[in-house]
Amino acid sequence: MFTTLNWRALRWATCWTMLLLLAVVVGSRSLQNFDGALVAYLFGTLFATFGIVYRYAVWLQRPATQLYWRRGWQLLFSRRFARYARAVATRAAVDVGGQAFIFRRSRARGIAHVLLAWGCLSAFAITLPLTFGWIHFTLQAGSTTLYEAHVFGFRVLTFPHGGLLAFNLFHALNWSSLMVIAGAAYFIRRRVTDAGQIATQAFEMDWLPLVLLVLISVTGLGLTWDYEFMQGRAHAFMGITHAITVILLLVWLPFGKFFHVFQRPAQLGVALYQLEGAAGPQAVCPHTGEPFTSAMHVADVKQVATEIGLDFTLASGGSHLDLSPQGKRAALARAHLAARTRSGRLFG
Amino acid sequence: MQTTTFKTDEEFFVDPQRCIGCHACEMACAECETNGQLPMISVDYVSRADSPQTSVQVCMHCEDPVCARVCPADAIQKDEFGIVHSATTARCIACANCVIACPFGVPKKFEPTKLMMKCNMCYDRTSAGRKPMCATVCPSGALFYGTRAQLAAQRPASVAVNVFRFGRETVRTKVNVMMPAGATELIVD
Repeated sequence: MFTTLNWRALRWATCWTMLLLLAVVVGSRSLQNFDGALVAYLFGTLFATFGIVYRYAVWLQRPATQLYWRRGWQLLFSRRFARYARAVATRAAVDVGGQAFIFRRSRARGIAHVLLAWGCLSAFAITLPLTFGWIHFTLQAGSTTLYEAHVFGFRVLTFPHGGLLAFNLFHALNWSSLMVIAGAAYFIRRRVTDAGQIATQAFEMDWLPLVLLVLISVTGLGLTWDYEFMQGRAHAFMGITHAITVILLLVWLPFGKFFHVFQRPAQLGVALYQLEGAAGPQAVCPHTGEPFTSAMHVADVKQVATEIGLDFTLASGGSHLDLSPQGKRAALARAHLAARTRSGRLFG
Repeated sequence: MQTTTFKTDEEFFVDPQRCIGCHACEMACAECETNGQLPMISVDYVSRADSPQTSVQVCMHCEDPVCARVCPADAIQKDEFGIVHSATTARCIACANCVIACPFGVPKKFEPTKLMMKCNMCYDRTSAGRKPMCATVCPSGALFYGTRAQLAAQRPASVAVNVFRFGRETVRTKVNVMMPAGATELIVD
């Protein structure tokens, strides 16, 4: 085990996990606002933090990833900061927030993914601060009708517990659940009807995440159902099944498909990279005579290739990577024709 | 899930010299269910001004895929049958590193959908024991999918080669190219 352990990633993961633990202690005012009933969720979250940071740190050590990571930050904090910061903000809103690129794959997929993604993100945004004891609710002193919301121990909001705001605040996780179920239903349907998906899908990467999300949402709705319509008789069952599914998800976060949530922002670095590339010199294919990408991109891919032990240097000088995709295909066809010609038989 | 009847005794053989540029493979490729009805095969004139020579290029499914190694998002995976799949939709960040690095010029990037796609040897068909679409429609035998014995009987003067040399780099592939008998590699330099 210790031969494959990535010590750098281990240090980062330990550091972030400790920081989170410290933030929980400080944010919950030395745990006085921490809800002991949620301690299992806290341990699940700490595990997920460790795993996610560990995997992220390992991922960043890949030469290609490292290059984009470095270039992305270099470009953002370059002399074009204002322009690039605007571009990042726009792309973040359009691609990460609005997920426009998924809508272009299909409108229905886009809607379903937005529901799924924002259902999950909103649920985390609500659950995590509650779990950490950063947010808690109390009855206003001397009142039986007014609730107070506290953030990091400071009162930020007072509202009547029977009002519309209270209804939505206390049911916010239900709205998230409904969004997730609607989104997941579309993707489940796709996974049983789309021949391409059926051929390439794998249980742990494609089905398990959907099943987990539906189970979490259904058991979460079950908690509300229980206290609204069953007088809380099934609370223990609902509470435990919900906790188990949520903790399974937290433990699974660093390993499975959900890790793409943390990888996706890399797309913003790529957007900057492409902006910078388009403004600079272009790589012209020696075969087609046409530009096909930025000269920076070709140079960087060559550097990555060298770092991972690949050498496409040609005997005639230059590199095979100087060719565009069409140029490479032509080079291959020419080499094949030359070999056939040398053999004296074009077919056989 | 992952129930497959992939025929491991059948292989893909390409003979670019037989390509007549009819584009039938391209039309058939678009029928592949894993491509979203987009053709992933490339049919080009090699040098239109000088010669009628055309080339056909499927993914060669490298043993150690360059596209996967240069992918910053870890989005390209090779399965247990040696099939190198299109970028995982959830992970691909459309950087096009794979497009620039692939020595065979195979991956295609679709900017609007932020996705790289490539030939995955018609996995919807081959995983069900069928032949890839392109090989079933190729009228000239430039694309052949079957056993080595079947091919040897049809083309005794050729040999299947899966070693390519691009300058100093040697690339081994799952897909074979038909070369003159006696050849052991195709040198592209």
